[in-house]
Amino acid sequence: MDQPILALKGIHKSFPGVKALDNACLNVYPGKVMALLGENGAGKSTLMKVLTGIYALDQGEVRYQDRKVNFAGPRESQEAGIGIIHQELNLIPELTIAENIFLGREITNAFGGIKWSVMFDAADALLQRLNVKHKSSQLLGDLSLGEQQMVEIAKALSFKSNVIIMDEPTDALTDTETASLFKVINELRDAGYGIVYISHRLKEIFEICDDITVLRDGKFITERKVAEIDEDTLIELMVGRRLDEQYPRIDSSHGTTCLEVKNLSAADVHNVSFTLNHGEILGVSGLMGAGRTELMKVIYGALKRDSGELLLEGTPIHPRNPQQGLANGIAYISEDRKGDGLILGLSVKENMSLCALKQFSKGIQLDHHAETMVVEDFIGLFNIKTPSKDQIIGNLSGGNQQKVAIAKGLMTRPKVLILDEPTRGVDVGAKKEIYQLINQFKAEGMSIILVSSEMPEVLGMSDRIIVMHQGRISGEFNHADADQEKLMACAVGKISNEVTA
Amino acid sequence: MNNKVIETQHKSKLFNKEWLIEQKSLIALILLITVVAFMNEYFFTVNNLLNILRQTSVIAIIAAGMTLVILTAGIDLSVGSILALCGAFAASMISLEIPIFIAVPISLLGGALLGCATGGIIAKGKVQAFIATLVTMTLLRGVTMVYTDGRPISAGYTDVADNFAWFGTGYVFGIPVPVWIMIAVFAAIWYLLNHTRFGRYVYALGGNESATLLSGINVDRVKIGVYAICGLLSALAGIIITSRLSSAQPTAGMGYELDAIAAVVVGGTSLAGGKGRIMGTLIGALIIGVLNNALNLMDVSSYFQMIVKALVILLAVLVDNKHK
Repeated sequence: MDQPILALKGIHKSFPGVKALDNACLNVYPGKVMALLGENGAGKSTLMKVLTGIYALDQGEVRYQDRKVNFAGPRESQEAGIGIIHQELNLIPELTIAENIFLGREITNAFGGIKWSVMFDAADALLQRLNVKHKSSQLLGDLSLGEQQMVEIAKALSFKSNVIIMDEPTDALTDTETASLFKVINELRDAGYGIVYISHRLKEIFEICDDITVLRDGKFITERKVAEIDEDTLIELMVGRRLDEQYPRIDSSHGTTCLEVKNLSAADVHNVSFTLNHGEILGVSGLMGAGRTELMKVIYGALKRDSGELLLEGTPIHPRNPQQGLANGIAYISEDRKGDGLILGLSVKENMSLCALKQFSKGIQLDHHAETMVVEDFIGLFNIKTPSKDQIIGNLSGGNQQKVAIAKGLMTRPKVLILDEPTRGVDVGAKKEIYQLINQFKAEGMSIILVSSEMPEVLGMSDRIIVMHQGRISGEFNHADADQEKLMACAVGKISNEVTA
Repeated sequence: MNNKVIETQHKSKLFNKEWLIEQKSLIALILLITVVAFMNEYFFTVNNLLNILRQTSVIAIIAAGMTLVILTAGIDLSVGSILALCGAFAASMISLEIPIFIAVPISLLGGALLGCATGGIIAKGKVQAFIATLVTMTLLRGVTMVYTDGRPISAGYTDVADNFAWFGTGYVFGIPVPVWIMIAVFAAIWYLLNHTRFGRYVYALGGNESATLLSGINVDRVKIGVYAICGLLSALAGIIITSRLSSAQPTAGMGYELDAIAAVVVGGTSLAGGKGRIMGTLIGALIIGVLNNALNLMDVSSYFQMIVKALVILLAVLVDNKHK
């Protein structure tokens, strides 16, 4: 194998009470894409923070271009040629593309005045290289998320980087944006850059990466060539045990109709009708921006309904806000945990019981004892890994946060549980646990709507599937009749399947 | 990995580093009292300590309401104006010999309603709290000036006025009435924050408004509620001041909003909302009170006092940031 351009050897890093990295290693080769894999909490982000000098390492060595280095902070590592593109973009929407790229190192004349034309030209050249069809004088906020990601890459390139690290770059991208990102990655690889690609999406790993490094519990597990490995082995390496079946489907005994949506229209939802039975999982598929979240929020009462009917067990309901949605027995678990799903500064307990506090009150007084009992029950039942119920939820991993979010919805004892992207940003082990929980609710007769962008998830879990495209339902399938191609065709609006199952 | 975390948490609940950091404002207060007690022999006398508590009570009561507002990530600049208007209103009722069991509740209700209106502008009108309360601060000060014609309103020399003076000058079990009121207010707000749904919603709202909204909580009601309580407590502070002086000054309470905010911040509550404790605010108010008193005892000029106070607040906030 070639000489690595960047090598992290035997890295150890401890935090009070936790050993975050325990002999972690990573090699980055020029002209290759290295996948860095591991469950949430495996130490990927910590390793990147050690590399860029945000954390000081306890033990180990970082070698870059054959020299031992010790970066004091992100700025130093960036200037040395290691660019990181974080999961959450660090760009300022109110500034132009060029200003964002050269933020903090504007090209100036002797008096400190910015040489705008020089800066715009330099930025334009970078954008052209990445096939971004925008002028660098445009405001960043006008760009789509995928294009903003390209600007981050342009920024990394402007530092004359040799190594580019991408942390979950496709998490918020549409399929087309992902495709063009991959094109750019391929070009960068051909140009001899060393690339680290961190992602949960195994499909992408096989599509774009050359080598794989797996971390587990902060330990280096293996470095392999992608060509020598298959998906099952990879999952096994990541979680350290075999996952027999990824989607543990159970057969449902089809019950009576629970929720009926008739000709529902709202801002981004047009004339949508569907039914949901008791003890059924209804999958909702579609591309980002297809109006799935909007539809669910209208049903929940969080968004305004323009016309149409909602019948819950035959009775018309009119939720005008989330309170009324919950009161009617509809619970909605948001796709955006950080944005409007959880309150990250509050504890596990306070988050979990937030919707259901009325149950834990005697008059105006909170019944802390009853609340604690139920919360502890859910922590045990859901196998939520937290030091205590009073832990600040922002300190938990994505999978455990998601379990708390689901528990929060369940505490209201809903008739209809709407899960919007319940496994986004959740590692494979926790994913399976969440699937098993969902199945358990289903077996108990709960009606579940599962909104997901991951087609295998929708196909694997649902009894029936509806597909949305531009605010309309473009297809409805029984799970036995559906496959990825059919769903995709409906999702992009190529065909409309109006056959009711 | 998780077991390790649990072990370290169980090892020692008292007197570990986290606990010390949590209690840093209390430790600062004790340190301050110790230092001042050594520097001035008069400081640590019952008389002087009661004096400090009484002087602190007005700002502390306002700061208690301000804590609720700041916990929701809001701010209330109108407290001083509400204090002056409700104080003036109470004074004119007392001067008309309206009994205190009618005059005082009406003044308090007036404060609550003014707070409600402010909260309504913020919640329903979607106006930023800073702007909305800047408007009500100016507006209500103007109303007070018009109402009083810029002159103090005397409570008069009747029996009713004598009874009314009890709020500001009376003693129960040797402790000034304003101090008792302060203790009651903090106990009530502590109960509200820790043992009611409303209190939980206050923290939730300050932590993440859109998540709170999506959790089916009536966010507007919580917002209006905290400003109403803040208004009520400002009116209560106004009654204490008016009672103590036997008259309402049209300029009463000017600048109190900043003292109250300082007490809240020194007490460790985050201006970003969602984090903080009511007892921290009490300690914050006491730190400022002790400091004022100490500087007075040491004959430091009032001009210089402002500088010292500002530096202490800056220090408190810097220390607080360091441990985040």
